[in-house]
Amino acid sequence: MELKIPEVKQRWPNPINTVKIGATRDEGGTRTSTVTVGGATSLPFYHFEGTIPHPPVVAMEVWDIPGEEWPEAVKEPFADVMHDPGEWAKRCVEYGAELVCLRLKGCDPNGANKSPEEAARAARRVLESVGVPLIIWGCGNDEKDNEVFPLVAEAVAGENCLLGTITEDNYKTLTALCTAYKHKLIAESPVDINIAKQVNILALDAGFKLEDIVIFPQSGALGYGIEYVYSIMERTRIAGLKGDKVMAMPILCDIGIEVWGVKEAKAPVPEWGDPKLRGPLWEATTAYVYLLAGADILIMRHPEAVRATKATIAKLMGLDGR
Amino acid sequence: MKKLTGIDIYKLLPKTNCGDCHFPTCMAFAMQVAAKKVALEQCPHASAEAKAALGEAQAPPMRTVRIGTGEREFVVGGETVLFRHEERFYHPTGIAIRVPDNLGEQELAERVERINQLRFVRVGQEIGVDLVAVEHRGDGNSSRYAGVVERVRGRTKLPLVLLCPDPKALAPALESIAGSRPLVWAATPENWEEMSSLAARYKVPLAVRAPTLEGLVELVERVKGKGAEELVLDPGGRGLLENLTRLILIRRLALEKTFRPLGYPTLVFAESNSPMEEAAEATAYICKYGGIVVIEGVESWEILPLLTVRQNIYTDPQVPNAIEAKLYEVGAPNEESPVLVTTNFALTYFTVEGEVENSKVPAYIAVVNTEGLGVLNAYADDKFTAERIIKAVKDYGVMERVRHKKLIIPGLVAVLKMEIQEETGWEVIVGPEDAAGIPAFLRNEWSPN
Repeated sequence: MELKIPEVKQRWPNPINTVKIGATRDEGGTRTSTVTVGGATSLPFYHFEGTIPHPPVVAMEVWDIPGEEWPEAVKEPFADVMHDPGEWAKRCVEYGAELVCLRLKGCDPNGANKSPEEAARAARRVLESVGVPLIIWGCGNDEKDNEVFPLVAEAVAGENCLLGTITEDNYKTLTALCTAYKHKLIAESPVDINIAKQVNILALDAGFKLEDIVIFPQSGALGYGIEYVYSIMERTRIAGLKGDKVMAMPILCDIGIEVWGVKEAKAPVPEWGDPKLRGPLWEATTAYVYLLAGADILIMRHPEAVRATKATIAKLMGLDGR
Repeated sequence: MKKLTGIDIYKLLPKTNCGDCHFPTCMAFAMQVAAKKVALEQCPHASAEAKAALGEAQAPPMRTVRIGTGEREFVVGGETVLFRHEERFYHPTGIAIRVPDNLGEQELAERVERINQLRFVRVGQEIGVDLVAVEHRGDGNSSRYAGVVERVRGRTKLPLVLLCPDPKALAPALESIAGSRPLVWAATPENWEEMSSLAARYKVPLAVRAPTLEGLVELVERVKGKGAEELVLDPGGRGLLENLTRLILIRRLALEKTFRPLGYPTLVFAESNSPMEEAAEATAYICKYGGIVVIEGVESWEILPLLTVRQNIYTDPQVPNAIEAKLYEVGAPNEESPVLVTTNFALTYFTVEGEVENSKVPAYIAVVNTEGLGVLNAYADDKFTAERIIKAVKDYGVMERVRHKKLIIPGLVAVLKMEIQEETGWEVIVGPEDAAGIPAFLRNEWSPN
C-alpha cells in the first residue's frame, strides 16, 4: 500500500525586511566588512518552504568603561583589554564577533557619568580599531542618552551603524539623529507585541523608514522569562511573514547582559557543576532558544558561547556540509 | 485537528429517517453528533464501519504514549498546537540519557546512580531526567544485553528505553522486564517484523525509524498491521537540520492534516562531539516538537540548562506564573531579621529569594497575592497597593516576630512608602529597584536598630 504524504508547505506572502549594517569605503564608510540580516520568507530555518538568504549573526559586547561587575568567567578573556574599548573590540573580532556592540555604560549618571565627548571618543576608538560594523547602545538613562547620542551619531556618521534604543517614551532624538546621519535604529518594547508595533509606528510617523529598523522585544536569560520573549518573537515573526509591514523587522536579542546576571551562569553552586563550564553553556543555550524563536542579531559575551552559537547557526543554515 | 462535519457523518448513517434515535431525521441527528452533543451509539442501526470511522475521526490527531509504570511513568504526545502561544504544549519533552551495555559493573552502577541524582528544584518545581536509554552496542555480544538491562532496571525507578534493534538480544531483555513497560527502539525496514511482534507480544511501546519520511510512513503502516499500536517516531535524519525539518513536518502533518501514520510522538537523538553541540541539538528539539531527546552527557552543568529550556517552553502561557502568597523564610530568620515585601509572580519571587540567599542575611519575605503579576504590572493594576501590602503583612503576623518595626518595599513602588507608614506606624524602607541590588542593600544598609 502506497500512502501519499499530503503537502504541508506553507507560502508566506511577505518577506522579512533586509537590513544592512556597516559601510565600506565605497559606500562612504571605513568598514572592511558589512553585515546583512533579514530577508527570510519563512520561519527560522524552515528552509523547506522558503528562502533564508542571511544567517543570524553574533555581535560581541564592549563597554566604554571596564566591566568591573562582569563575573570572573566572562571577564577573564578580556581582563587585559577592558581599559581600552579599541583593544577590547579587537579581542572580540579575534573571537569571531561579526559586529561589535559598544555599550555606553560609562555615561550612566548614576555611575561614571562620562561626558558626551568621551562617549564619542570611545565610539571613534572602536571604529578605528576594528573593521566590523558597530552597534552603539545608550546607557539607558533617557535624558543622558539624548545628550550623548547627538555627538556619538555624528562621530560615526557615514558608517551605517545600528543605534539604540528608542522606546515608546523616548524616540524623537535618536530617530532624528539616525535619519540625519543615516544610521539604522533599534526599537525597544517591553515583551509586548502591541508596544513593539507602536514604537515602529512612532518612528515611521517621525519620518523614519520601517526598512531601517531592527526590533528588540527585550531579552530574558534562560530560566528568567525566556518563554515570554520566545512567544512574542514567534508571534512577531508570523505576523511579519503574513504581511504586517509594521512587524516585518529583523529581531535583535541582547543576551550576554542578561545571562551573566543570573546565578545559574555565575554562582558557585556545587550541585550545578563547575561554573566555568556552566556559565558559557548557559549563555549558548539561551542563544539557541532565541535562534529557534527568530533572532537575527545576538549580542553575546563569552568567546566559547559565541563559538558554539556560530557553529550551531552554520548547522541550522545547512552550511556545515551535511 | 480535522473534525468530521455533519455531512460527513450523515453519509455514514442509514439515511432512513426512522426516528429511533429520537431525532426527526438522520441529518438532524448527524448535526448533533458532529457537535458532540449525542453519541453515535444512539442510532441503533449505525453500522460497525460507521462507528469505526467516527471513532477514528474523533481520535486526537497525535496519540499519547505512556512509558514505564508507577510514580515515574513518563507520558509523551497528545500535543494539539504548533506554537505554544496558540494554547500550550502539554507533555514536556523527555530527557533520556544513554547507558551503553559495554560498561564495567562499577561504571554502570555509577552512571545510573548519577542519572538518578540529576534532579533539581527550579521556580519551586522539581525537574529531572525522565528516562534511561540502555544501549545495545552490538559488538558481537548479544547475550550480554539482557543482563545489563536487568541490572539497570534494578538500579533506577526511571522508565527505560531499550536501544536495541537486534531482536535476538532484545527478546530475553523484554522477557525479564516487560512488566515495567520500556520503550523499545526501534523497528526499521530490516527488522520490523520481529520487532513489532515482540512489541505486540510484550505490550510495550515501540519506536519506528526509517531513513526517509516516506519510508517512515510505510513502516508505520506495516508495524500497525502486526498489532503494535503504541508507537513513537524517530525522524531518522542525519544531523540537526534534517531532524529538525522532519520533526516540523511530522508535527504539521499530524495536526494540520490529521495524517494518521505520523500522528505519534517522536524520539530523536542529539548526536554530537561536545556538550555545547549536544545542548544545541537538544535545545532545538525541545523547542521544535521532540517528544523524547536522547543525550549522552551526565554532568549537572550539561543537564540543568536543558531541563530549564524544557521547563520554560512547556510552561502554560495562559496561566500566570504564580506562587502561594504567604510568609517565606530564607535561612533561619530571628527577631533581628529584615522583612521584605514582594509579589507572587513566580519569577519575581524566586529572583528576590535567590538574591536574599546570596546576601547570606536570613530574612522574611512577605508575598502579597498580586494574582501572578510582577511589581510594576501589579502596581499599575491596583493589585500591589498599600492596602494589600498592609493586609498581607498583618495577616502573616510577621511584625510580631521581629523586634524592629521595619518593612522593606521594592524600589519600584517607593511611592507607597508614606501611605503604609501613616497607616501602620511601621518604618518603611525603600529597597533597591532591581533584585540584583538586594545583597549589597541587606549587607550594607540594613540594620534592625
